[in-house]
Amino acid sequence: MTKALDKNIEYSDFNNQSYSSLEQVLMNDFQHDFPLTSQPFHDIAERYSVDVAKIIAIYEKLISEGAISRIGPVIKPNVIGASLLAALLVPEEKLHEVAEMINAYPEVNHNYEREHKFNLWFVITAADEKRLQIILNEIKEKTGYQLLRLPLEEAFHIDLGFKLKWNQH
Amino acid sequence: MRNSDKTTLDQIDRKIIEATQAGFPITAKPYHSIAQLLELEPDLVIERIGKLLEQGIIRRIGVVPNHYRLGYRSNGMTVWDVPDEKINELGKKVGGLDFVSHCYHRPRHLPDWPYNLFAMVHGRDQQTTDNYVSEIADILGDANRQHTVLYSTRILKKTGMRIGNTQ
Repeated sequence: MTKALDKNIEYSDFNNQSYSSLEQVLMNDFQHDFPLTSQPFHDIAERYSVDVAKIIAIYEKLISEGAISRIGPVIKPNVIGASLLAALLVPEEKLHEVAEMINAYPEVNHNYEREHKFNLWFVITAADEKRLQIILNEIKEKTGYQLLRLPLEEAFHIDLGFKLKWNQH
Repeated sequence: MRNSDKTTLDQIDRKIIEATQAGFPITAKPYHSIAQLLELEPDLVIERIGKLLEQGIIRRIGVVPNHYRLGYRSNGMTVWDVPDEKINELGKKVGGLDFVSHCYHRPRHLPDWPYNLFAMVHGRDQQTTDNYVSEIADILGDANRQHTVLYSTRILKKTGMRIGNTQ
């Protein structure tokens, strides 16, 4: 985590990555409706008349490069476990230290610095509501900073994925 | 949560979700691989995932792109203060825009936090993202009492959801 905290090296090496048209299709068109069949990569391969080994190799590469995080289910929030978005008002000079403390919880899956008075925004997904509250109370006690608890009341997006638009180089 | 589906999940569903939330194995027969790991029949794994999808517990099955690595560097959390009685109607409009990846109703915390509608927008640069914000503002019209955009300046942690293996 220390590395990502350094503004200068923030993922800049991925700036000009380019992808083949097959790679783009495999990323964009399978954000939903990934085949729920015995041999899904084989089915994808047939659709594009490509060898299945090539499809698997491309996905392995995209995952190892970090272009895609995973292939799998996107679970509706709070069906299993309890999650919450929280924001903390942290003095700039303490940000690094506080972020490391918060990131040490395995239940914290996102943590962003944002341009606002409340400058640290993180998502906690715990096994249950009780554990979630314990973590929030610990963070509040350890830091003493103002904390916003922003649970989800209603989700409005359709969540069919996100249309990727590629650069015209 | 308001609409909990916890009761409809049995142990098999939970095991399947826990085994797959960090992603399927990239093998020729991924569902068979999961079945093997969980000592279940492959057909049962496929059937259960299909059912969870139908029930909306699994929203979608597919590739989860890492927008940041793909060049979407400008990630703005737009937040809006709209009348509560209009939030469902407005939320659906905003959530349906193709540049909005997530759109939620969350509670206000007055006086520090007056916003109740959240919409995440992603663009390749801030100019694009700013245009998206204007588009949302146009849609909300007079219902938008105030708003702001919180750009992310640093990603300090980002991992997939990992429930069940943290205790």
